[in-house]
Amino acid sequence: MTWIPEVASNLATKVDGVLWVITLMSLVFFVLITVLLVYFAIKYRRRREDEETPYITGNEPLEIIWTVIPSILLILLFIYGFVVFKDMKTPPEDALEVSVLGKQWLWTFEYYNGKKTLNELYVQQNRPVRMVMRADDVLHSFFVPAFRVKQDLVPGRYTQLWFTPTKIGTFDIFCAEYCGTGHSAMLGKVIVLSPEAYGIWEKGIEVDDGGAVAGLPPAELGEKIYKEKGCNACHSIDGTTLVGPTFKGIWGREEEMQDGSTVTVDENYIRESILEPQTQVVKGYQPVMPSFKGILSDDDITALIAYMKTLN
Amino acid sequence: MANHSIAHNVYVPYLEKKGILSWLLSTDHKRIGIMYLVSISFFFLVAGVIALLMRLELLTPAADFVQPHTYNVLFTLHGSLMVFFFVVPGLAASFGNFLIPLMIGAPDVAFPKLNLGSYWIYLLGTLIVLLALMKPADTGWTYYTPYSATTDTDVVLITLGVFVLGFSSILTGLNFIVTIHKMRAPGMTWHRLPLFIWASYATAVLQLLATPVVGITLLLLIAERTLGVGFFDPAKGGDPILFQNFFWFYSHPAVYIMIIPAMGVISEIIPVFARKPIFGYKAIAYSSLGIAFISFLVWAHHMFTSGISSLAATIFSFLTFLVAIPTAIKVFNWTATLYKGSIHLHSSMLYALGFIFLFTIGGLTGLFLGALAADIHLHDTYFVVAHMHYVMIGGTVMGFFGALHFWYPKWFGKMFNEMVAKIAWFLVFVGFNVTFFPQFFLGVQGMPRRYATYPAEFESLMSLSTYGSWILGLGVLIMTVNLIAGLFNGEKAPQNPYNSLSLEWQVPSPPPHENFDEIPHVTDWTYGYGKKKEPEA
Ligand code: HEM
Ligand SMILES: [Cu+2]
Repeated sequence: MTWIPEVASNLATKVDGVLWVITLMSLVFFVLITVLLVYFAIKYRRRREDEETPYITGNEPLEIIWTVIPSILLILLFIYGFVVFKDMKTPPEDALEVSVLGKQWLWTFEYYNGKKTLNELYVQQNRPVRMVMRADDVLHSFFVPAFRVKQDLVPGRYTQLWFTPTKIGTFDIFCAEYCGTGHSAMLGKVIVLSPEAYGIWEKGIEVDDGGAVAGLPPAELGEKIYKEKGCNACHSIDGTTLVGPTFKGIWGREEEMQDGSTVTVDENYIRESILEPQTQVVKGYQPVMPSFKGILSDDDITALIAYMKTLN
Repeated sequence: MANHSIAHNVYVPYLEKKGILSWLLSTDHKRIGIMYLVSISFFFLVAGVIALLMRLELLTPAADFVQPHTYNVLFTLHGSLMVFFFVVPGLAASFGNFLIPLMIGAPDVAFPKLNLGSYWIYLLGTLIVLLALMKPADTGWTYYTPYSATTDTDVVLITLGVFVLGFSSILTGLNFIVTIHKMRAPGMTWHRLPLFIWASYATAVLQLLATPVVGITLLLLIAERTLGVGFFDPAKGGDPILFQNFFWFYSHPAVYIMIIPAMGVISEIIPVFARKPIFGYKAIAYSSLGIAFISFLVWAHHMFTSGISSLAATIFSFLTFLVAIPTAIKVFNWTATLYKGSIHLHSSMLYALGFIFLFTIGGLTGLFLGALAADIHLHDTYFVVAHMHYVMIGGTVMGFFGALHFWYPKWFGKMFNEMVAKIAWFLVFVGFNVTFFPQFFLGVQGMPRRYATYPAEFESLMSLSTYGSWILGLGVLIMTVNLIAGLFNGEKAPQNPYNSLSLEWQVPSPPPHENFDEIPHVTDWTYGYGKKKEPEA
């Protein structure tokens, strides 16, 4: 069993230092108390009803010692926690900026060069990143366990967080501040690329694990997009109602709109629902879906449509 | 201590009168104590069943037992009921009511009618929350804005219910403060008071001072929802973080409203079953007040990742560590009391020892959350869930179960089956640790809380936790059945089954209506165990 998640940022090592020190100190006190409790409970077990016990009401030197020593230790702990915290709160000047928008229930990342990704954050190994974050609707919290960073996103103000990824790989992003029905589906990935790979990604060629994506049959590509771009946070494929209508049996279904009109689901309806989700809201649902304009290409949408057709 | 044998031979136990109205209209503090006891136990069991359902959903990663929305409703109800309907009124209202007058040698509390009124207000609050179940809220028991201001579930009724409960809490606190100041028997000086009374006093002060803040906060939230005022809405110039500041300004002290009475219970049980005076009486007594005071200054340690300034976070981290000191002192004192004792492992003593063990874990893991850098990683993960339950169940609930078993003969004049009680204790203790200890690891590994579904890598620890909850549930079930069975089949309880020195044991079990035939004269403190026997007065 792993005790601690992967160490994948410069801050992780420092935070783990604090965690270990407190763990060791707690263990000492915990073992001390437990051993004494058990030892006393056994050694001084009542044997006869009329046992004599000594009349001890206190012991000043002892009481002073056990007040002063923990107090000193606690202050040291406070200082250690604070010193690391200060590092966590002070991003380096040259950090690359990424702006993050948290919205029920997905993450949008915007990069300096105008690129935009959904639920996938691309960063470069050993290059500090500063995330400037805001929320659209309610509180969210950006949490990457492997980096030991966490920060709430608050409507109406910017919050920030920084880290230097040190390990190439893919790491979980969780939403840690409860944000409603889809909270536990508000997941993302940080993808840490080598400088070379990052260079390629920056110039606009998708590095999609192996690059075989273009060769997939459309329905399979659609399924992949459905999962990776976060459609699954709100739309089920097994008939359960999440935040949005289920995709099961969606093709050709008659949907009643908020305004009472009905629409038969076809290619154009799906395309419009993805790009302009607020214009046609199905009756009984909230207009909460974000637009995927600039995130999904027409090819992606075609693939999604092919996928939905398979769900009938 | 003086001898309080009954001079008159017309002993009428307070349980004598029958009929529902004789309860609902009674101003006898013991009957009101029982009504609270029944009510809070009911909510504990309901919220416990909800917890088992939640754990059942978490047995596997997928949402296969209930849908996410239902799960969110469940944890909102579980948290709200446990906190506002069980632990906050908890020991203070039930055992506080029953014991305070008996322990200080008074015939009743200072304002008996107000006391009954407090109970009715509690009932009113519960009725409102029942109504709220028509469209139950899904906000979590913290009701954070902006989500609570925008969700289309019914947040208004449930917060209104909690708001009403607040009055019950405030009035009870007020009543106890006056009672402890004014109604002590002659000779019962402050330094002779049982520590449960000191604890109840500190709790009452917290109830009186902190509860209005949550009341106002919830009113603001209701105004936000119904009138669209915009205190917390950035679009209208409000601030969502303001709600958190208000909320925790109450709810952190509330943690101590929950735990201090349990500490008082432990301080009563241990000396009796160790036959020793409590070690460091004054340190325990004053540290209750110290904790109560500092607890007002640490609320923002729930908000280190919320976007408050780093300076504020630093100050609050420092103050948080300060509150650990008086808490640690208490643990050392209880342990030292056992030294050279004559220890009898009665079921209530087992709960007391369990309390020390579990509460120590709860307290030590609090250090992780007080240390700024570590909290950033652990906040809002299962580490917090584990810490919170170690404090609340390991602390308050163990104290509550201990109190139930300890004072049971006095309340009801009956005995329960001690063997069964010990088995139940064992199941509770083991089940509790199997349920919650794995969650510390889950939290460190990054599993966020309030997740209806979770990534597969967490499955083994999550299902272990669920198996633990079944053991724990079984333990509570056996305990409940045992205690209820004792009411019907239990042997008659003697006046003072454990040879305790405190006043409540010097009257018959169950006590008569006005407690004492004659107001006792107190000549010594409550903890004179182990002294050469003094001649009885
Ligand atoms: C039968 C024993 C219990 C079990 C199995 C249990 C289980 C749980 C679970 C699974 C959660 C949800 C964790 C999450 O997703 O965040 C939770 C939350 C909570 N529990 Fe318990 N619990 C138990 C007893 C208690 C008791 C006795 C208290 C209080 C005295 C309590 C207070 C809370 C609170 C305040 C929350 C937070 C609710 C929220 O996240 O909004 N629980 N519990
Ligand atoms: Cu979120």
